[in-house]
Parts: sequence; structure tokens; C-alpha cells
Amino acid sequence: MKNWIERQKKIIDFTLSSLLRRKGKNGALILVYTLVVFLLASVMFFVQALKREASLVLKGAPEMIVQRVVVGRNDSIPLDYADRIKEIRGVASVKGRLWGYYYDPVTGANYTFMVPEESPPEKGRITIGKGVSRARFIDEEDEMEFRAFDGVIFNLTVGQVFSSESELISSDLVLVSEDDFRRLFGTGKDRATDLVLRIRNPRELSVIAQKIAELLPDTRVILREEILRTYDMVFNWRGGLTVVILFGGLMAFAILAWDKASGLSAEERREIGILKAIGWETSDVILMKFWEGTAISLSSFFVGILLAYVHVFFLSGALFEPVLKGWAVLYPKYKLVPFISAYQLGTLFFLTVVPYTVATIVPSWRAATIDPDSVMRG
Amino acid sequence: MRRANLFLIFLALGLILVSLMFLHACFREKAALPSLREREDMVRRLGLTDLCLFTEASYTRHPTRADRHTPFQDYPMSPDYFPSGSILAPPEMVKR
Repeated sequence: MKNWIERQKKIIDFTLSSLLRRKGKNGALILVYTLVVFLLASVMFFVQALKREASLVLKGAPEMIVQRVVVGRNDSIPLDYADRIKEIRGVASVKGRLWGYYYDPVTGANYTFMVPEESPPEKGRITIGKGVSRARFIDEEDEMEFRAFDGVIFNLTVGQVFSSESELISSDLVLVSEDDFRRLFGTGKDRATDLVLRIRNPRELSVIAQKIAELLPDTRVILREEILRTYDMVFNWRGGLTVVILFGGLMAFAILAWDKASGLSAEERREIGILKAIGWETSDVILMKFWEGTAISLSSFFVGILLAYVHVFFLSGALFEPVLKGWAVLYPKYKLVPFISAYQLGTLFFLTVVPYTVATIVPSWRAATIDPDSVMRG
Repeated sequence: MRRANLFLIFLALGLILVSLMFLHACFREKAALPSLREREDMVRRLGLTDLCLFTEASYTRHPTRADRHTPFQDYPMSPDYFPSGSILAPPEMVKR
């Protein structure tokens, strides 16, 4: 065993000296490799943490929502629809909900206005998200000016600001009383934005949804399950940004591996020829190339994933911010909970380290099995 | 020090740091449980349906309540021009 370890150490010594002889080339390779791993791991950590947080937090979302669709767009729903839905067996309660968007010309930000069902703010007072507070430089007991649908300007006093821990769900929220909401948006007393339903038996959800669709064909029913599934789907690998980054990263990696697998440089071939000529076995050459591949890929892998972890969970994915921010003025600042798994790292390992190491060994094995004299002569 | 030893120390250090990363994630996850429960409770109380990830467009602020036409709302053949529209894939339910 001791001899085996000593032999490995000697080969590692030789491999490292060989790598250091081509410092510039190998240094650049490690840098690019680390960047590719960093990018892939950052996306993986970020998306996984977001998905997990959504699945945990949105468990409390309403069981069923009914929206009205007019000419293909969401429209306000008459409250008499609620009375008709209440008659369906199995429906425990139906409540009209008021919410909408407000464009703030002062900051250029969009806010989500909402009337909470439980303990709404008093008339003339509002509860705002941290993002709104940041965008308008206001705090508790300050006044905020709004322009109603008819052009009349009125002030509402900030009663409370949501904590920064809840920014991922409340950053742009403005909670108002029902009277203030209707005054601001001109929504009639007989209308709501959508309806929220409570169902007695959760197993009847799909049957009730079907009954509603038959009773009120101009409506669309959204189930909690679908809400939860949405966040699982919207950030999956097939869609949007994830696929662009993954594709870019994997292509860069494929070029690296292809460069290795397509053949050795003349210098590397000569080195193998000399080693064979002085008595190295083919297995020794393969072992040396294995350590070379391992040294480059494992170093890059470790550094890449550690940097990605710091980037996503300590620096809140700062490099993604410009992409995620888009044109938005109000950008939520949140710290994601690190939900990472061995499965994620295993996937990344098999995607990056294994192919590269194999791609390093194969051409060397080919060169090592040829006669040393012909290898050295090229 | 011998190069091979330095390299093996470096690999061991990498392994230790990755293990510490898992340990840190585990502690952070446990520490965040009360605040996650608080957020879940807030979602329940207020009847929220979406995460506040993008505020620039209604269909990316509330993807679960979006319709198929809002991203192309300005005129016939209008493109979806908000950057977040290219990040979020449309949810399955709007395809119904």
C-alpha cells in the first residue's frame, strides 16, 4: 500500500511539473473551466433555491381562484357570480378579492395594490412593502400621494412597512382599505378583481372547477396545485434564461473537451514518446494523464462551486441582478435560503469533471500505445 | 514541501470546504424555518399567489394569473418586449 501511494505521489509530482512547464496555457484553461462551473453552479443553486422557496411559501395560496376573461384578457368579475358559485355543492365560501396595479409616475415603478381579507388597514392608511418604501424614500407615518382614476390626487398615510425578510413576496405590495381601493381605481361596489373559493373536500377541487367552467363559461379557474406547479415549470431547464446560460456554458465546455479529445499537441506527443522510451509503461502514461485531468478539473470544480455558493447565497446572486432587474425600477432585495443537495453537485460533477478527465485520457492512451520512435518523430 | 503533498492538501481542503458548504446550508435552512413559516402565513392571510421577482410587467409579476395576450398587448403582432418575458417561460395553465 505504502509503495502504491509513493508511486502515485511520484506520478503526481511529475504531472504537476509538466503542467507548470505550460503555466500560461494551463492557467487560462483552469480560469475558463472555473468560470464555466461557476456559471452553471450559480444558475443551478439560484433556480433550485427559488423553486424550493416558492413551493414552501406558496403552500398558503388560495385553494381556488376564479377569474373572468373578456376578449382574451382578464377583467373584473361581477359579484353576482359569487352567488351562483355558492350554490355548487362542496363550496364552503366564495369571496370577492380586490387587487390591481398602480403605475407611480414619480418613480416609474409599478405597485401591486391589494385589499386583504383579514384585518385590512383603516381608511386613509396603508401598509407597504420594503421595495415601495425604498423607491419613495418613505417610512411609517409618512404620507404617500396617489392619483385616482379620475385624476383626483389624494394622500394615504403609511401605517406599517413589511419587514425586509418578506421582500420576496411583499416588496411591491400596498395594502389599502376597500373604500380607498374603490376610490383609487373606480371599481364599482358590485365588482371584484377575482373570486377566492374555499372547498370543503380537497378531493372535489377538480369536479368543482369543471362545474364552474360549465356554469360560467367566461371564467378561468386556477387551482393551488397549478400555482405551485407554475414555479416548478417557469424556471425549468427548458425555459428562458436557464436554457441560454446552460447552453452557453455547456457549449464552452464542449469546446474545451473537444480540444482535448481531438488530439495532443506535438510537445505532449513528444513527451509521451520520451517517457515510453525511458521505460514508462502505457498504464503509467495513462495514470499521469488521469492525474493531469483530475488536477485541472477538480481544482476548477471545487473553486467554481464554492464561488457560486458565495455568489448566490452571500451576495444574493449579484451578477444576475441586471438580468433579473430588466426595466423594473422597483427591484426586490432578498436573500435566498440555501437549499442545496448532493444530487445537484453530483449532476454538475458528472457534467463537467468526468467528461473532461475522460477526454484527457483517451488521446494519451492512443499516443502511448504507438511505438515511441514514431511518436517522437511525429 | 513536495508538490504532490501540496496538491493532495489542496484537494482535501476543497473537500472540507464543500462539506462545510453543506453544513452551512443545513444550518441556514434550519435557522430560516421560522421565517419561512411566517412568510407562508403571510401568503395565507393576504391570499397571495406569486413571488415578487419581477415588477416591470403584470404577466411576470403574477405569472399564475396572467393571460395569453398581455405580453403582446400593444397592437396586433406586437412583440413581448419586457426583458423578464424572456426569462420566465409561460405557465402551463395559460395555454388552456
